[in-house]
Amino acid sequence: MLKRVADLATDAVPGRVAITARALTYLQGDRTLLGPVDLDLQGAGRVLILGPNGAGKSLLLRLMHGLIAPTSGTVSCATPSANGPGRATQAMVFQRPVLLRRSVAANVDFVLKQGGRRRSAERDALLARVGLDGFQRQPARKLSGGEQQRLAIARALAVAPDVLFLDEPTANLDPAATAQIETIVRDVSEAGTKIVFITHDIGQARRLADEVLIMAGGRIAEHGPASQVLGAPQTDAARAFLDGRLVF
Amino acid sequence: MQDISSAFELALSMVLGGDADLVEIVALSLRVSLSALLIAVVIGLAVSATLAVTRFPGRGAILVLLNALMGLPPVVVGLIVYLHLSRAGPLGFLGLLYTPTAMIIAQAILITPIIAALSRQILEDLHDEYAEQFRSWSLSWRAKVGALLWDGRYALITVGLAGFGRAIAEVGAVMIVGGNIDHLTRVMTTAIALETSKGDLALALALGIVLLLLALVINGLAMTLRMTAGRLAYA
Repeated sequence: MLKRVADLATDAVPGRVAITARALTYLQGDRTLLGPVDLDLQGAGRVLILGPNGAGKSLLLRLMHGLIAPTSGTVSCATPSANGPGRATQAMVFQRPVLLRRSVAANVDFVLKQGGRRRSAERDALLARVGLDGFQRQPARKLSGGEQQRLAIARALAVAPDVLFLDEPTANLDPAATAQIETIVRDVSEAGTKIVFITHDIGQARRLADEVLIMAGGRIAEHGPASQVLGAPQTDAARAFLDGRLVF
Repeated sequence: MQDISSAFELALSMVLGGDADLVEIVALSLRVSLSALLIAVVIGLAVSATLAVTRFPGRGAILVLLNALMGLPPVVVGLIVYLHLSRAGPLGFLGLLYTPTAMIIAQAILITPIIAALSRQILEDLHDEYAEQFRSWSLSWRAKVGALLWDGRYALITVGLAGFGRAIAEVGAVMIVGGNIDHLTRVMTTAIALETSKGDLALALALGIVLLLLALVINGLAMTLRMTAGRLAYA
């Protein structure tokens, strides 16, 4: 279950993002899909989560974002502007963007309106930030895959998140569209938003990551600074994944 | 009995000439069916939106019941409304039997399950697609329902048109509760039934032509909406 900010681990630094998981476990029937996982993600920067299919990456992201409740253990996400366990200061971009059946502008307006803001200047600035200036009146679902993903990011940014979770946002994109997303992610990160980003692409992790978290079999195989984990992995599972060997 | 071709000629001249009796019957039919549709849409969408986004014990049984009610026999609805509105019935004091209001009530009862069941399916499919994103945004129930209704608007309008088509073409229930009284409760379907039995085929045919034209317009509208929504990728 999500913990309130007041219940957070004492090592959380006020004014900084602190994502904390303790003995986090998720079961489906008798099958353990994740855990137990203990994790501390502190401060800004970009965390890239790597691992084979079924390693539990997306599950961990959904648990951190509060989309699903753990079977046992706790997970909390404290952010500088959060007063509770809410997702108001978090946003998530899914592998397959879920776009409303509306125009590009209306998609962003919807999120702004939920936050009590509906200024067209703010919406236009968000769209310009992701390179969709001039697309306002286009139907969102007629955009290309890369454009749809950029719109999903613009919409996520409309929440003004302290933490942005991205679940394989470039999985189905070509290199040019991938590069655009990476540029946006770098820009958002440098503006102070913590990024937690799932990818299968080791090259992308090398380009983007400050921290790397490698998962295998529902557990964290290795977690540390990108240069350390990608340069000199300490565990067999992390080494096997980075060497391109099959990891189950 | 008139021969068919002369009846058809006469019918066409009535339609094109705007025969006063014909216009009165068509206008009442539209008033009754559009009023019933309005009531059915308000109730049906509220029920369907609730069922689409809410999970509660007994929901499955309600869905089965709702789907079963889509096949309500009009004469049974007419009979039930009649029993309630007749002088001896619980609502007899309202004096609504054999009035257009009684016909509106009967048609609304008949098409509300259709509107509710069909729109529930549309809204639930849409909700399945949006559910995770909605949770990510921590949307209120009201915001969720508003978004689903707006995004499903093209498909929902088609459902509304289907409901209207069912209402305007219905004869059994309105005959029982309306009584087919000239200049008061005579609508297209009941008039067609009466005029045919009397052998006055011209008026029956003229009304039939109007009914067919309405069916054509409704289907045309539904198709145009589907195509527009598809073209704009709003479907």
